[in-house]
Amino acid sequence: MDAILFLLFAAIAVVCGINLVVQTHPISSALSLIGVMGSLAVLYLLLGGEFIAAAQLIVYAGAIMVLFVFTIMLLNSGAEKKTLKTTKARWFGLPLLAGFLGVIAFIIQGALPKAEGVKFGAFTGGTAQQIGWKVFTQYLLPFEITSVLILIAILGAIVLARKEID
Amino acid sequence: MTIGTGHYLVISTALLLIGTLGVLARRNVVIILMSIELILNAVNINLIAFSRHYGHVTGQIFAIFVITVAVAEAAVGLGILIALFRNKGTVLADEIDLLKW
Repeated sequence: MDAILFLLFAAIAVVCGINLVVQTHPISSALSLIGVMGSLAVLYLLLGGEFIAAAQLIVYAGAIMVLFVFTIMLLNSGAEKKTLKTTKARWFGLPLLAGFLGVIAFIIQGALPKAEGVKFGAFTGGTAQQIGWKVFTQYLLPFEITSVLILIAILGAIVLARKEID
Repeated sequence: MTIGTGHYLVISTALLLIGTLGVLARRNVVIILMSIELILNAVNINLIAFSRHYGHVTGQIFAIFVITVAVAEAAVGLGILIALFRNKGTVLADEIDLLKW
C-alpha cells in the first residue's frame, strides 16, 4: 500500500515537473506546479511530516501559486516561441540528463543499501506539537530571524512593484 | 517492494534536475522562477526523508525555513519581474540585455 502510494504520487510529481518545463504557456506551467506541490504533500505525509504536508499545501499550493498566477495575469505573457537552440537542447541535453539521473540514482542506492522501508505512521515526530516545541525552544533565534526576513521581503516587494509617483 | 529513503532521494534528484533544466533552458522569467520553486521543493524532500531516516525532527524544521525563504524569494522575484516588465515591456530572459554591450 505504501509502495503503491509512493510510486503513484512520485510519478505524478515527476510528470507534472516535466510538464512544467515543457509547456510553452506560463499558466499551464503554473497548474503543473500545483500538481507537483500536491503530490509532494502526500509524500511528506508518507514520511511522517504531517505539519509540513499541511504547510506545503497552504503556503505553496495556496499562497505562492496565487502570487504566480496573479503575476501571469498582470504580465499577460503569451506562449513562448521555440528557437533553434531549443531543439538542440532536446536532442543532446535530455539523454545526458537522463544518464546523469541514472548515475546519481545508482550511487544513492549504493550508499543506502539496507535502509528499512518507509512505513506510513512509523515516524510520529512531525506533529505540530513537536515541531512547535523545537521551533520555540532550540531554534528560536533562526525563527525570529526568519520573521525579519519576511518583513524585509514584504517591504522589498512593495518598493519594487509600486509605481513611482511624480 | 519496500520503499526506502533512497527512493525518496532519487525522486528529489529527478525534481532537482528537471528544475535545473527549466532554469537553464526556458526564457520566460515566470517559468524560471517556478523552476526555482521546484528546486527548493526537491531540497525539502531530502530534508524530510533524512528527518524520517534518523528519527529526528530537525530536518522538518529546516524544511519550514526553506519554505519561508522560498516565499520571500517568490515575492521579491515577482516584484522585480513586474518592475522589469514596466520598464522593458518583456518577460523573456534573452531580451533583457540592459547590462550587455
